[in-house]
Amino acid sequence: MSRESALVSADWVEEHKNDAGVVLIEVDEDVSAYDAGHIAGAIKIDWQDDLQDPVRRDFVSKEQFEALLSDRGVKNEDTVVLYGGNNNWFAAYAYWYFKLYGHGDVRLLDGGRKRWELDSRELTDEVVKREATQYTAQPQNLEIRAFRDEVKDAIGVKNLVDVRSPDEYAGRLLAPAHLPQEQAQRAGHIPTAASIPWSKAANDDGTFRADDELKTLYADAGVDFGKDTIAYCRIGERSAHTWFVLHEILGQANVKNYDGSWTEWGSLVGVPVALGDEPGKA
Amino acid sequence: MCGAKQGGLDLKGVDVDKEAVIQGQVLRGEEPVGGAYVRLLDSTGEFTAEVPTSATGHFRFFAAPGSWTLRTLAPKADPVDRQVVAQYGEVAEVAVTV
Repeated sequence: MSRESALVSADWVEEHKNDAGVVLIEVDEDVSAYDAGHIAGAIKIDWQDDLQDPVRRDFVSKEQFEALLSDRGVKNEDTVVLYGGNNNWFAAYAYWYFKLYGHGDVRLLDGGRKRWELDSRELTDEVVKREATQYTAQPQNLEIRAFRDEVKDAIGVKNLVDVRSPDEYAGRLLAPAHLPQEQAQRAGHIPTAASIPWSKAANDDGTFRADDELKTLYADAGVDFGKDTIAYCRIGERSAHTWFVLHEILGQANVKNYDGSWTEWGSLVGVPVALGDEPGKA
Repeated sequence: MCGAKQGGLDLKGVDVDKEAVIQGQVLRGEEPVGGAYVRLLDSTGEFTAEVPTSATGHFRFFAAPGSWTLRTLAPKADPVDRQVVAQYGEVAEVAVTV
């Protein structure tokens, strides 16, 4: 993967949004944002209602994902272009999720909704209805998804990248300031994880920083590009943003997103936790 | 704008004693700017939160006590930084002009 194959610009979207075979999808944390205004032709996916199992803490099954995309009118061969608010956090999460279920051509709109709005580009509240399809998903590609046992084995062995804010990493907060302080039983980070907040990979307008700046960012924080990497945050959406940077923009092999993230790790019995601003020992 | 409330956002339902509220309005001249983006940066400049402004240009953060920077990005304007101190029991009102 590379920046060219994974990212599209707002100009590209303006030019291609009406092409047959291009499907724009908005994914937001604030699901009302789409209803107030979206890019013409874009459909909506709700990261919670559509992508999470309603009972267990896990994703929807392959069959449920197939039913979702069939209902929304997405074909296997379509170029899916994702964008959203919150600096594309949830759009990057959906990107990773589409890759997890094997969709072929997925792109992210660089800068997401914010850059689009700052450019004063057009949004509409027009209702979009696509004709239903017969979508076929692949079994989950577990080469990009990490589970807790693998994370435990990675301590001191692989790159662990904690992309939360410094206060969450150090254990001073359980959730980003400004959001409810809830969920995990314990605060802190996974020992040996490097602290590289997701925000350092993005410019103020939500676009991604240049490749050489990104490489320097991770290398300076201790990421060894010769090793496998697991990224995590609190619930796996900010770390999907970092997974996108490492795996899709920089083309690193063997990068996984640990979607259980701190809300799982910080509640597990029998796992080590490090406190403070330093990575800690294995 | 029609319906815009004078004197800041309504604080009904907010326990001001337990929250360090930072809120305000983004203006261009005297006109409110909806759809601007306000970023809350901590004392080290680290990103903490970001909200788009409402149609009336308003925004609100529930911060922690301390010194913060508000960085406002709006269409057709350069970014504007404003320093603000938040504390429990007080609402920090900030008017940002772009």
